[in-house]
Parts: sequence; structure tokens; C-alpha cells
Amino acid sequence: MPLLKTPAELETFRSELAARRDPETPCISICAGTGCLAYGAAELITAFREELKKQGLDAEVDTRGTGCHGFCERGPVVVIHPGETCYLGVKTDDVPEIVSTTIGEKKIVDRLVYQDPATGESAVREEEIGFYKHQQRHLLANNTRIDSKSIDDYIAIGGYSALCKALTGMSDVEVLEEVKKANLRGRGGGGFPAGRKWEGSRNAPEKTKYVIINADEGDPGAFMDRTLLEGNPHSILEGLIIGGYAIGANQGYIYVRQEYPLAVANFNRALEQAEEFGFLGENILGSGFDFTVDVHKGAGAFVCGESTALMTALEGRVGEPRPKYVRSNIKGLYNRPTVLNNVETWANVPLIINNGADWFTSFGTEGSKGTKIFSLVGKIANTGLVEVPMGITLRDIIFKIGGGIPDGKQFKAVQTGGPSGGCLPENMLDLEVGFDELTEAGSMMGSGGMIVMDEDTCMVDVARYFIHFLTDESCGKCVPCREGLRQIDRILTDITEGRGTEADIATLEELSELAMEASLCALGKSAPNPLLSTLQYFREEYEAHIRDKRCPALSCKELISFHIDPAKCQACLICMRKCPVDAIDGGKNRIHVILQDKCTNCGTCFDVCPKKFSAVVKLSGEPVPEPIPEEERVIVRKKKKKP
Amino acid sequence: MSEKVTLQIDGKTVEAEAGMTVLEAARAAGIDIPTLCHHEKLEPLGGCRLCMVELDYGDWQRHVVSCVFTVEEGLVVNTRTEKVDRMRKGILELLMAHAPDAPQLDALATEYGANPRRFPQDASFCIHCGLCVRYCAEVKRKHVVGFIDRGIRKEISFIPEIAAKECNDCKECFPLCPTSYLQAAFVLVESLAFPRGE
Repeated sequence: MPLLKTPAELETFRSELAARRDPETPCISICAGTGCLAYGAAELITAFREELKKQGLDAEVDTRGTGCHGFCERGPVVVIHPGETCYLGVKTDDVPEIVSTTIGEKKIVDRLVYQDPATGESAVREEEIGFYKHQQRHLLANNTRIDSKSIDDYIAIGGYSALCKALTGMSDVEVLEEVKKANLRGRGGGGFPAGRKWEGSRNAPEKTKYVIINADEGDPGAFMDRTLLEGNPHSILEGLIIGGYAIGANQGYIYVRQEYPLAVANFNRALEQAEEFGFLGENILGSGFDFTVDVHKGAGAFVCGESTALMTALEGRVGEPRPKYVRSNIKGLYNRPTVLNNVETWANVPLIINNGADWFTSFGTEGSKGTKIFSLVGKIANTGLVEVPMGITLRDIIFKIGGGIPDGKQFKAVQTGGPSGGCLPENMLDLEVGFDELTEAGSMMGSGGMIVMDEDTCMVDVARYFIHFLTDESCGKCVPCREGLRQIDRILTDITEGRGTEADIATLEELSELAMEASLCALGKSAPNPLLSTLQYFREEYEAHIRDKRCPALSCKELISFHIDPAKCQACLICMRKCPVDAIDGGKNRIHVILQDKCTNCGTCFDVCPKKFSAVVKLSGEPVPEPIPEEERVIVRKKKKKP
Repeated sequence: MSEKVTLQIDGKTVEAEAGMTVLEAARAAGIDIPTLCHHEKLEPLGGCRLCMVELDYGDWQRHVVSCVFTVEEGLVVNTRTEKVDRMRKGILELLMAHAPDAPQLDALATEYGANPRRFPQDASFCIHCGLCVRYCAEVKRKHVVGFIDRGIRKEISFIPEIAAKECNDCKECFPLCPTSYLQAAFVLVESLAFPRGE
């Protein structure tokens, strides 16, 4: 491992790498992100290496496990260079054919390329696939080009050139001004301008300052930061070192959740490599700037993503927010000036330094610049990670990139911003995505979770789910959050179980105001968002639950009944056999009837009834029809004619 | 001599020392602000939120807890606005789901028109003011009683080994507890872990 002491040595090393690497050398890139690993990517990598050896190609073909490609829905993703042939859903059984056909004969394996479900058209390269075509990938682009374990890979594609430029070509003030000019806003939730935060710390009189990466990504369904950490850890580290230089901090930290073992391992490895190469330590690249980084693993509390709770936890105390009215960039960790930014924010810094603030502000809206990564999940055809320019509409994300709602269902709502975000209905789909735009609509950017819901989702139950999550994750220090959320959770549970009363909505609004106005930290202050936004856009669903004891989405178990339509039942016995509580009466050639007093509403009969019959129906807010008389239940079938 | 700051609290001009909290300044001037988790010997917790006041900047207002917010020159503070009272009423109603009969809460409920039975009663009557935990740690430096778990499952817990040695001659935390939950918790740990006479 070389110790690079000057910018010239870094550039020499980079050109040596380039000379050693022939871009025409075939390379099989296999996504080794958490999603694809779960699909068996590790076995796939081994299978490719063995197959290449078997076919005598191992000397001329590289294999590489890369970071997440984003199209998790269709993993494991394999891309073959040159030509960037993209295969989706690859299994180990496909390996021999891929090696002999695509590597050997330079031909495409048609059955493994993407086919547009709507048009039926094939797309051979990633960029031709609808999911990727409408994205603008700057932060995620390199994930697919490098092995996240290799600092050589990172340097080969220009890694640490921004650090070199900042440390040796720019003054600390110039770096700060560039980030300010870029109007980079915090990607962790608050959207506070990073440059202003940095400036506050820089100007604070206390000499010892800190920079921290907030990698305590805890929103349900969110995996943006995880993917960056796992796939391209050096880009985040490079951003952090540049930030330290700009504000005058020589010590950095990463607070990373221990539930991300791969992210922790990859970041730790990146730290070791950066130390060996001299990007960390004393006199980095001969600039006279010293910087070290320590890793702190979180112990699983959601509230530790809140800045002051994170710093308290980092100090070794119980991770609860501080009640102070002084910003942590002035008095943060150990009461010293501390810049805390989220993973994605730091990852943007090298891009801004390399390409300039003007490049960064060339895309986005008035108030929100650059790109944003969203994790697109829920009732969506293309689940995965997407990076889009700020200002794109929700409709484009969900329908053009996400491929719309599967199974022919109707779109109902999209929840943005994590558990404290809001649910936006169909008539808000043309909203341009930006920090201020989402907040005005009653939701928020948050860290970039995006959960799509279809017609079968009950919005009261969604609000209950998120409030329950936040009640569970509240640290319990202040009353409006600890006690208020508990009562909101109880009332919402009552409503979804048919015990709602007319006074409930007013009580919910009152408790929401209290939590928003009087809570100690952002967790409590933003917690009512899922409740208030669903009350704003889907109030009639609340009223139906309360007044008619009816769940319009036919989802709340306590408010629905299952019924077998006697005109449709073909007495196929499937539901009868699958019913876990023997609540279905019937038999061969006898129409099946659900015994309502035994039925537990588990929904198994509904799920197993063959689509061509669709005899099982859900009812809500109306009485279940009386079972037809015993003597009318017999089905007389016509005998099949012999051919 | 320390620096003086002049501010207005409820229309009254008040002189305070720089670094004082708004709560201290108000109380020194004879203006009462209710608190449950505040104790002059302890670091502010900012947990009960009852001491919330309005800061009036003319064209905009802001709500802060006065036990933490420090005085500033020219600050205009209102301790009893309609909104502040509404917040306090809400906080009291939430706490009284735990301790509907605690005298201190009862008196405040009367003052703010809070309904002690607004929410279903909970089995635990601890209101998590943390006075016992913080007093034992910060003043006595014994750490006999602490919080365990998080959020709504959080509760105070005595460490029997230390309690057996320290508590019988101290019990200074007993009068601090607004709901007598502490005494109950102590009796329980005493009877289970170190019965008298053993």
C-alpha cells in the first residue's frame, strides 16, 4: 500500500492504475448490496469465478462485487462490461450460459434482459430501462462502477481528487463558500443549509471542533444511506474530511447503526485504507492538515438520529435529546462546535468541490438544489433506490421510474419523509419534489423514504402504524411526546377497531397541537404529521370508521367480514381446507358458507379462492347476508361431454 | 458584579443577571410559573414542559420552556397566554391519566381547568419528572435509583444492593415526588430485596 504524501504522488498512482486497467477487459459486475446479497449474490459471484475458471477465461475476465445498483425489485443485478449488458434476476443456474454466450460469443442472453411490462420492449443496458432512464444518478452512479472494498477502484474513477483540490488548491474559506454557494441543504430531514451550519461552527470561538456523519438511518422502509455506505464509503469519508478542513475540525466521527453490519464493515475498511494511503492522519497530502475519524455504533434507538440525542449517545450517555436552546454547531459534542450532517449530505460534498457550485445548482428548484435519493417502496412495481433531480414530480417518480402500481390496483397515497412525514393523495401527484414544497403540502422531505400505497390501504391504519412506531421510539423524556403519542396511538387503535367516538377527531387534533408545539425535540414535534396529513386528505375515511364502523379500504380486521357469494362459489373445497379455524361449512358439490361466529377474519379464504371464481368477498359497514338455506346449497354439475 | 439584563415578564419590567433562566428571573420577581420537573439544585431536565412561556418578538411569537431558556436583553415574556394555558391544561390531563389524585397536580388542574379523568387511567402513577433519579445522582451522588427502558415503558428502579446501604438514613428524595410513586417503589424494593431486620 502506498503512502501518498503529495498531490503529485496521488496523480501518479492514479495514472498507474489507469495504465494497468484496460477498459476493454471484460468485467462481470455483480451487485453485492444488501438486497442482492439476500437474493444470493454472494453465491453468484463464486459461481461466476468458478465458471470462468472452468471455461479457461479467468485470466482475461474480471469479476467484481459492486455496491447497490438500486433496482432491488429485480435483483441480483449483473452488468457485463464493456457494453454494459444488464441481466436481472440472475440465478446461479444462469451462470454457465452467460459466460459462454455473453463472454465467449459476445451475444446477449435474451431471457435475462429487462422487458418493459407495458410495451414488451427489451432493454439491454441499464440506462435503457425505464427505471434508470428517468433518473439522474450522481451519488449512486459510482456504486455500480466500483468494488466498495477497493480503494484502488475509488481512486481509479477520480476518488480523493476533490480532497486533493480542497486541501492543496483552495483555502478553507473558499471550500466553505463553495458549499454555501451550492445551497446544499441537509439530506437527513431538516433541510438546513449545510454551508450556514458549517459557517457557524467555523466562526465559533472554541478551538476544538468536530464533524460527524449521521448514519443512524432508522426510518421504516428507508435504505438510502445504507446503500451509499455499503457501496461507496470513500465518497462519504472524502466529504467528511473536506468538511473538517473547511470548519477547522481535526476529529470526525461516524455514528452508524449497528443494524447495518455491511455498512459498518465497509466503512471501517475504508478508514483503514484511507489511513494507509495518507488521506487520514497527519499532514494529509502535504497540506499540513491533520484529521482522524472514529466509528461509533448505535445501539438501536431511533431517537439517536436526532442531533442532540446522537451527540449525547456519542459522549457515552443515554441517547436522549438535550433541552438546550443553543445550536449544536455552536455547542454540540462535548459542548464544542460540531457539524453533524447526514450520509447523503457528506457524499454530495466531493461532487460540489470537483464540479463547482454552479454545476450543483444547475438542477433542482429555487430552494432545493442537486439530486436526492429516495427509497421507493410499498405498492410499486419497481421497488428500489432512485436518484432524481430536485423538482421532479411525484408522478414521474412513481409512474415513470417506479412503473406504477402493480396488479392493476389504483394509486391512493404516497408517504414521504419517513414515519414523521405525511401522506399525499392523488391530486398532489404533480407536486414538485423539494424541501419547501413537501412541507407546504403537509409532508416533508425527511431523509428520502417514499412509501406508495394502493386502494387496499386504510389511511387510518397507516396513521396508527406510524404513530405506534413513534410512540415506541419516543425516548420518554418529555410529556407531550411520551404521553401524548400514547393517547393518540390508543385513540387510533380504537377507531380502527370500531370503538371510535365523535369526539375523537377533536381530541386527536388537540393532542397533535400539543406534541408539535410543546415537545422537546423534532421526534415529538413532527410525530403528528402522518395523522394530520391523513386527516387533511382522507378525513372521510376517519368518519366512516367512527360513524359507520366501516373501513372503506376493507382493511381493518375488526371492521370487516368475509362472505362467500353463493352464486360464485364452485364448491372447490380449497378455502374449506385452508381455513385455520374450521369456520367454513360445505363439502363436495355443496356451496361453502362462512360461519361468522367462528371466523377470525384472517383472510385466508379470500387469498386462496381461485381468481376465476373470486367467490370470497370482504364486507364492511353492512350486515353479512344470511346463509342460503341448506337445501339450496347443492350444486348440480353438468356432466362433461366426452370428446 | 455580574452583568444585568432587563426584560419584560407579563408586562412587568424585570432586572435579571445574565445567564439566569427566564424561570429564575420570573420567580425572583414574584411571578409564578408552574413546574413539575424543576428543582433549584438540579440541572434542568426540560421534561414536563409545564413551564412553557411565550416569547413575543412583535411580529412573531415563539414558545420555549422557561427552565432552560436564558434571559436576553429586551426579551418580552408572557407566562399566561391562551395558548400557554391550553398547553398546560393538555400536559396536566395527560399526566393525570397516571396520578389523578396527586395534590400538586390537582391544584394545577383547578388553576388551568384540566379534567383529571379526560384519559383512561393507567396503572403506573409515576409521571417521570425524574426528580428522585436526578437528586440521587446530582446532589447525593449515590445513583441508587435510575430510569430503565425507554418511552412509555420507562420506569424508575432502585438498585437493591445500593439501596440497602444508603436509603434508610437518607430518603431526601421522598418529599420531592409529586405522586408518591417513589415511596411505593421503595417499599417494594425494600420488602423484596432487603426486608427490615435481616
